[in-house]
Amino acid sequence: MMSAEQQYIDLYTECRDMLDKHSAPVLNALREEAFANFQRLGFPTQKVERYKYTNVAEAFAPNYGLNLNRIPIPVNPYEVFKCDVPNLSTSLYFMVNDQFYGKQSPLPPKGSKMGGNSSSEAQANVGVASNDAHPSISPLGDGGAIVCSLKEAAVKHPELVAAYYGKLARTSKDAINALNTMLCQDGLFVYVPKNVIVERPIQIVNVLRSDVDLMVNRRVLIVLEQGASIKLLFCDHAIDDRSFLTTQVVETYVGENAHLELYELEETHVRNTRFSNQYADQQAYSTAVLHNITLHNGITRNRTDLTLSGEYAETTLNGLVIADKEQQVDNNTLIDHKAAHCQSGQLYKYVLDDKARCAFAGRVLVREGAQQTVSQETNANLLGSKEARIYTQPMLEIYADDVKCSHGSTVGQLGEQAMFYMQQRGIPFEEARMLLKFAFAADVLQTIKLDALHDRLSYLVDKRFRGELSKCEGCKMCK
Amino acid sequence: MLEIKNLHASVNGKEILKGINLTINDGEVHAVMGTNGAGKSTLSNVIVGNPAYEVTQGEIIFNGKNLLEMKPEERAQEGIFLSFQQPVEIPGVSMTNFMRAALNAKRKHQGLEPLPAGDFLKLMREKRKIVELDSKLANRSVNEGFSGGEKKRNEIFQMAMLEPTFSILDETDSGLDVDALRIVAEGFTKLRTPQTSAIVITHYQRLLDYLKPDIIHVLIDGRIIKTAGPELALEIEERGFDWIKEEAGI
Repeated sequence: MMSAEQQYIDLYTECRDMLDKHSAPVLNALREEAFANFQRLGFPTQKVERYKYTNVAEAFAPNYGLNLNRIPIPVNPYEVFKCDVPNLSTSLYFMVNDQFYGKQSPLPPKGSKMGGNSSSEAQANVGVASNDAHPSISPLGDGGAIVCSLKEAAVKHPELVAAYYGKLARTSKDAINALNTMLCQDGLFVYVPKNVIVERPIQIVNVLRSDVDLMVNRRVLIVLEQGASIKLLFCDHAIDDRSFLTTQVVETYVGENAHLELYELEETHVRNTRFSNQYADQQAYSTAVLHNITLHNGITRNRTDLTLSGEYAETTLNGLVIADKEQQVDNNTLIDHKAAHCQSGQLYKYVLDDKARCAFAGRVLVREGAQQTVSQETNANLLGSKEARIYTQPMLEIYADDVKCSHGSTVGQLGEQAMFYMQQRGIPFEEARMLLKFAFAADVLQTIKLDALHDRLSYLVDKRFRGELSKCEGCKMCK
Repeated sequence: MLEIKNLHASVNGKEILKGINLTINDGEVHAVMGTNGAGKSTLSNVIVGNPAYEVTQGEIIFNGKNLLEMKPEERAQEGIFLSFQQPVEIPGVSMTNFMRAALNAKRKHQGLEPLPAGDFLKLMREKRKIVELDSKLANRSVNEGFSGGEKKRNEIFQMAMLEPTFSILDETDSGLDVDALRIVAEGFTKLRTPQTSAIVITHYQRLLDYLKPDIIHVLIDGRIIKTAGPELALEIEERGFDWIKEEAGI
């Protein structure tokens, strides 16, 4: 039998020219090394510690189509996707599969005030001027931030992209990184120059769209220079009832005293498989707030590796998973405290039901010399059925002697006393269950700093528990 | 309104109630007194359908309906309310959402539309006054961080919101200071109508001074061994239970 790797090796060998032709030299430059590494590594088996809970080879075995020729997908995301997070006053962009849609002005949602009141503040220091016009790229040197296609950035600013691309997501040790690097042709580039503060949150809606089963290799590069600040919201959706396999590699650089908020929300369907590797490096006095929320999915594996390289950096890494049916979500995190006086906090909560099978493995590494580290890691799980499974593995390794660290996890069921109390007040059993599940998830939602996103997510989570969210919200095709 | 016939019930296989017979008519308040472990709380839990208690024999008829066939939430929607001896804390569920879910479940049962948000909040404000419950408490999670007295006041507040026809006050006076006891008791009295009835479980005359029950039952070892008028409570306060036990030959 052919190994799961072979079809990707064949694909690469046959299509190398095509890959290059429809991408940029900066991205092409790393393909050969990635390919060699992929051949050497192969897909990790479940004996590899960090892949213990997900069967990678099985997920990659089916034969998906790829759009290497970059045939335009007949879709206008601005029409398909009416209104995702309304009232959020975001600068809204779309990506279809791995392709950035920046050149098109969005149609303002009916009855919405988007771009109304706050357009004046949005113009300050941002290349993305307002919601009425979405220049995909703004010239560097005028203080503007860039949000654009990675391929486009790699062509227009090759030195800038080359300085960061592939530096954090090394292909030598991780087969997903290697596979993504050898096959990816485009993605997203976000750049915030020194001391530029982007006030208005940037929302990127990733839409998976295809008439055949499709593999997508998406690449994201986010660079915040010293003193820069940006809030990003990524929403992952699949609008076709096809099987999708996505590899996503996100590399994030948070410069000295820079501030990043990055919220990632998956709201796809049961035929979606997602492998996301997220790497972040934080310099001194920087802060990062990262959220990974899985509202609806098929198989998801999110790896987050975060390095605190400079002193007094702070990280918040939170996650929320809601899974039922036979959904799988595997969050695997590493927070590497390399410098002294840093703080990290992790809170991952899972609400599982039916035959969901999920995992959380979080490793906090406090290196020698990382004195005065303060670190907290918590994973709490609520199981709504006897068949639901959670594998939880909080890990703490300390090689410094003056630190304050804690780690722990809990697994529990819905409280019988609370259930009865609510039923005695007339609240039906199912409703009482939902209220308790929502309450359990609420403290992760409370840590979301974008108020409008917090409210919208509360609404979506509530709908999810009511079983009204089996497909993505706001999508015309699903209704 | 409520008729209990030869009720036997057990917890973890141990028989606690050994044949209770009790009839409560519209507008009546009955007090149930008795020694610790006599089965008073078991009786209240069985009436509201707590799944931890198993009914082995007998029946409970509520307004002509067989109560034992109903789920706990159905009993509540039919108008039965228990003021818990130990109200449960539910972190993360706000009092507002909790009350809205409860009230709208009852309205749905009655064939009514959910109460509009504005009307609901107005109702919350009005009912809060009955037990002088702080508006801050109403915005917090259910019972979380409430003092003992606040929890009991919160029970009566919920009762005011849901307007049950039959209520059980299970040691609502326990852990209350004199002022809180007065507030709770007066709150209950304000909610009383000729169509509502109640069982009051207590160890003390103090609460009964306020509530003025029509009938006093003495529950000992899973059976009601004496039933009399309000004067019985005073006598128990003075003489204890031993003479009643002797009278009944226990």
